[in-house]
Amino acid sequence: MQSLLVSTRKGLFELLAHSAGAWTIAAHHFPGEPVSQTFTDALTGHWFAALRLGHFGVKLYRSTDRGKSWQEMACPALPPQPTQGFWADDPTPWSVEMIWSFAATGPAHQRRLWAGTMPAAVFYSDDGGQSWTLCDSFWRDEKRKQWMGGGNDYPGLHTLLVNPVDESHLTAAISCGGIWESRDAGCSWQSIGQGFKADFVPPELISEPNVQDPHRVSRCTAQPAVMWTQLHFGLYRSEDHGQHWQQLQGHPEIGDFGFPILADPVNPERGWVVPAQSDTHRYAPGARMCVARTDDAGKTWQVFRSGLPQQSYDLIYRHGLTLSADGQALAIASTTGNLWLSSDAGQQWHQISQHLPPINAVMFAAN
Amino acid sequence: MVTVEFANSLQRHKPCPPQQVSSGSLAQVLNAAFTAEPSLRHYVLDDQGHIRKHVAVFIDSQIHLPRDAMAQPVRDGCKVLVIQSLTGG
Repeated sequence: MQSLLVSTRKGLFELLAHSAGAWTIAAHHFPGEPVSQTFTDALTGHWFAALRLGHFGVKLYRSTDRGKSWQEMACPALPPQPTQGFWADDPTPWSVEMIWSFAATGPAHQRRLWAGTMPAAVFYSDDGGQSWTLCDSFWRDEKRKQWMGGGNDYPGLHTLLVNPVDESHLTAAISCGGIWESRDAGCSWQSIGQGFKADFVPPELISEPNVQDPHRVSRCTAQPAVMWTQLHFGLYRSEDHGQHWQQLQGHPEIGDFGFPILADPVNPERGWVVPAQSDTHRYAPGARMCVARTDDAGKTWQVFRSGLPQQSYDLIYRHGLTLSADGQALAIASTTGNLWLSSDAGQQWHQISQHLPPINAVMFAAN
Repeated sequence: MVTVEFANSLQRHKPCPPQQVSSGSLAQVLNAAFTAEPSLRHYVLDDQGHIRKHVAVFIDSQIHLPRDAMAQPVRDGCKVLVIQSLTGG
């Protein structure tokens, strides 16, 4: 039975599909606690839930029985901040405030779990989350001082992608610190991304990769060189693992602002976005919810509204759009507590819930 | 000795009954109080060992600030109270 995990301001909701279109809330984990992100590892079967307690900080839980029970694990933590030298006046706190992204690499018996955080840092664990190691060269890269917060007080690393052909090749996206990659399993990192145009910095920095605000990056599993990103301003697509990006024209009816973007896992020319009305409004364009899909690598977009409210002030966060592993079901979840599903690649939508707490992230659990 | 007490909102996450610990700096007093439940430390202190932004520590009736002043002496007979700040709600 398929599970949908919904990370909200007031706990983690687990929904189960009983039949086509019939989903119910099967469990409410961590009631009342803010959940920033979840991860389910298809290889080990383990589930992870990252909490961001209002008073007591970031916490990490693991379940080895698909949510029946949870064990608190160690949290990634930053080292003591130097009191002298380049980092002594770092305005970014050296304390993890949120776990925002996960990934996993390696065979089941040597599984490595990765975590991306706010402030933007990368950690890995080789013991299922019992201990964590900081990717130190990334954290101490002096380019980090040019980063800014994006929708948060500090820069945050919200996307970690693994190249399925070469798992030592990792891609990270930071708001606002651009896109970075490691070709040696996290030992060294490079800022990448030519072709972007940031409109929120001085003109001489517009194309500087290190200051960009990629709201989300998604990769085509079957052709991993193909990546898509919803930048703060603009939609972009790459065919060389994110080295170079081509700007796409959004649909004139809905523009090109928003947070989530999703690559089809098989078809490199298909992708989805859930647009929002500019960064000054941040709700559905014209207060009319829609999802847009391209089937021709972003040359044209179809706008789908069937089943979505046409008087609505929902915003879909960057982790609020997801696709099931079999590619059959899409889900979107909003800051207003609405949750919709589509079983036909986004053309028709069914409302699953309209009374959830504000939703941070949604994902189908790996089977 | 110093009495260390934790608010109910923290006991919801971790067992932390009132404790009697030796006097010393605030860091030493809190570390001693974390001995029985080491994971409690990360609920009260951040990665730098400072009082979390949305946690309030009182020494007797006085809120302790700044949050990174962990060398503050806590004398015998004092009570340290660890509660949640309303700012983090």
